Amino acid sequence: MKQFGAFIKKEFYHILRDRRTVLIVLVMPVVLIVLFGFALSTEVRNVDIAILTPEPDRTIEQIADRLDASEYFTVRQWLRTPDEIDRVMKSGEIQMVIAFGPHFSGNVLTPDGSQMQLVVDASDSNMAQSYVSYASGIIADFSRELAATGGGQGIETQVQFLYNPQMKSAYNFVPGIMGLIMMLICAMMTSISIVREKEMGTMEVLLVSPVRPVYIVVSKMVPYFVLSCINLLTILLLSVFVLKVPVAGSLAALGLVSLIYIITNLSLGLLISTMAQQQVIALMFSGLLLMVPAIVLSGMVFPVESMPPLLQAISCIVPPRWYISAVRKLMIQGLPLIYAWKETVILISMAVVLIAASLKLLNNRLE
Amino acid sequence: MAAVTVENITKRYGDTVALDGVSFEVEPGELFGIIGPDGAGKTSLFRIIATLILADSGTATVLGFDVVKDYKELRKRIGYMPGRFSLYQDMTVEENLAFFASVFGTTIEANYHLVEGIYKFLEPFKKRRAGKLSGGMKQKLALCCALIHKPDILYLDEPTTGVDPVSRKEFWEMLKQLQQEGITIIVSTPYMDEANLCDRIALIQEGRFMQIDTPQRIRSGYSALLWVVRTNRMHSLLNDVRAFPGVDYGYAFGETHHFVAGEGFDPEGLKRYLRDLGHGDIVLYPGEATIEDCYMLLAKQ
Repeated sequence: MKQFGAFIKKEFYHILRDRRTVLIVLVMPVVLIVLFGFALSTEVRNVDIAILTPEPDRTIEQIADRLDASEYFTVRQWLRTPDEIDRVMKSGEIQMVIAFGPHFSGNVLTPDGSQMQLVVDASDSNMAQSYVSYASGIIADFSRELAATGGGQGIETQVQFLYNPQMKSAYNFVPGIMGLIMMLICAMMTSISIVREKEMGTMEVLLVSPVRPVYIVVSKMVPYFVLSCINLLTILLLSVFVLKVPVAGSLAALGLVSLIYIITNLSLGLLISTMAQQQVIALMFSGLLLMVPAIVLSGMVFPVESMPPLLQAISCIVPPRWYISAVRKLMIQGLPLIYAWKETVILISMAVVLIAASLKLLNNRLE
Repeated sequence: MAAVTVENITKRYGDTVALDGVSFEVEPGELFGIIGPDGAGKTSLFRIIATLILADSGTATVLGFDVVKDYKELRKRIGYMPGRFSLYQDMTVEENLAFFASVFGTTIEANYHLVEGIYKFLEPFKKRRAGKLSGGMKQKLALCCALIHKPDILYLDEPTTGVDPVSRKEFWEMLKQLQQEGITIIVSTPYMDEANLCDRIALIQEGRFMQIDTPQRIRSGYSALLWVVRTNRMHSLLNDVRAFPGVDYGYAFGETHHFVAGEGFDPEGLKRYLRDLGHGDIVLYPGEATIEDCYMLLAKQ
């Protein structure tokens, strides 16, 4: 036990004296959260639009005012002829044009109704979709009111966005970033720090001592476990107080699943370190083989449900997929732990398998 | 009982034979040297008797323990200093020593007397990071760390490679002192001059032990005719000498060249021949064999 203590002390020396790494590890979550939270937002805000109307029209002006008053759109230009649509779209000044037919006001309350067209720059298809649905929502509201004052009975469609009423993208990426960062720190850092000892030749000296190799590697996991917990805390504080994503469910349940996830990733790092002999190889393993699936297949960026069956099958062995899903349930939806039992059990089984495999591969000798 | 008994050890890496049927014994309390150039198999041999790698065939027993079966017992009793500096560069001298002491379940204080002679050189730098020490200091620290748990046997793999001559001399004096404490020491070195400081040496080439004996007996057993030659044109001398009839082979040796000649060699003839080739200040005399000469002779056979 005293030996184990000495090992952990040594690990903390290594980490704390490598200022650059400590800084990266502690600052990275903050940077990622801020980046995703503000710069890479997929929310619709201040989109420049143009209105095409063949003649001045009171109803169209009212609609334009509505759109302009919302925080989503800014009416920049008024167009007279359809030819101009092509010009403004190509110039890139305008992301969406709302084109109205002739005699718009006059036709609104007739059985045939009036016609309106949304022309949108779909080079970014996700954003285009959002513009259309936001604009349609505003216009539908307006036409409903118009129908009510005109004595008609409009059809009412009500859409309710559960758990994330403002459709904030932070609700989507906070679980993703949690999954990503903890994998990065646990798996990558642990494996590199173990392999570094092999590369530096210190492992050779440690092996010719009565200390069992398993203690050597387990002592490596402890400091990174602590670092991951600090990161978990940072991310949660940032998301609650800066991004205003509340922890809807039980903090204890979220913490428990996170600890399990951290242990799963530490064991993954351990497994990598038993196979790699050089730091570069360990980095490649954890960089390419872990990070890419963690981003692409975890459901952080692309929904798992819309992937082809083969990729869905592969995504099942990607730990962040299950963690992100569990965090969505526990943190965003606020469900009790029992609803995330499947994810929890899968993460625990992964940890058990990984630890068993690494213990089997862990060598008492150099080769 | 011998401290180390190695029987017919063979180790291959793919097609390369690192060790080819090596056998030897080391007596308790002996300072045993393994002498040979880089790539001769010294490190592989150390790793096998240090329980770090497994031999392909053959057996090795250290302190009565089999290196394969009883590796756990053995690891409590071995002090091992690998060829590369294998301490933590980002930890101070003191932290490194304290760490290795606790790895072996002891403390610096408990065994301070063992390392005192060496550690006194390091004491002024004990707060300095190991990575910032000079080569000689690094070696001293590594030796301290290998000794701090009072091992019964000490393996030193090329401990003086890359160390300045003064530190090398100090280092060997320390080894002699440790020997007085009753520690069996096996040391490898590519420096032939250090061989004379060992009780017995093994000359290793391409994974084979060519001869095992005391340095004196190896030198006196030199069977060939050794000559030493020096002129004012050292650059061309070696090739000129090699071309002379009766000369078997020659090699540079410090300020002079050594060569081995056959039975019918004519020294006066060589002098004349060299003068004709334009050499001046010719010095030629029969040499007394050093360990290096013995090594060269054995390597040629």
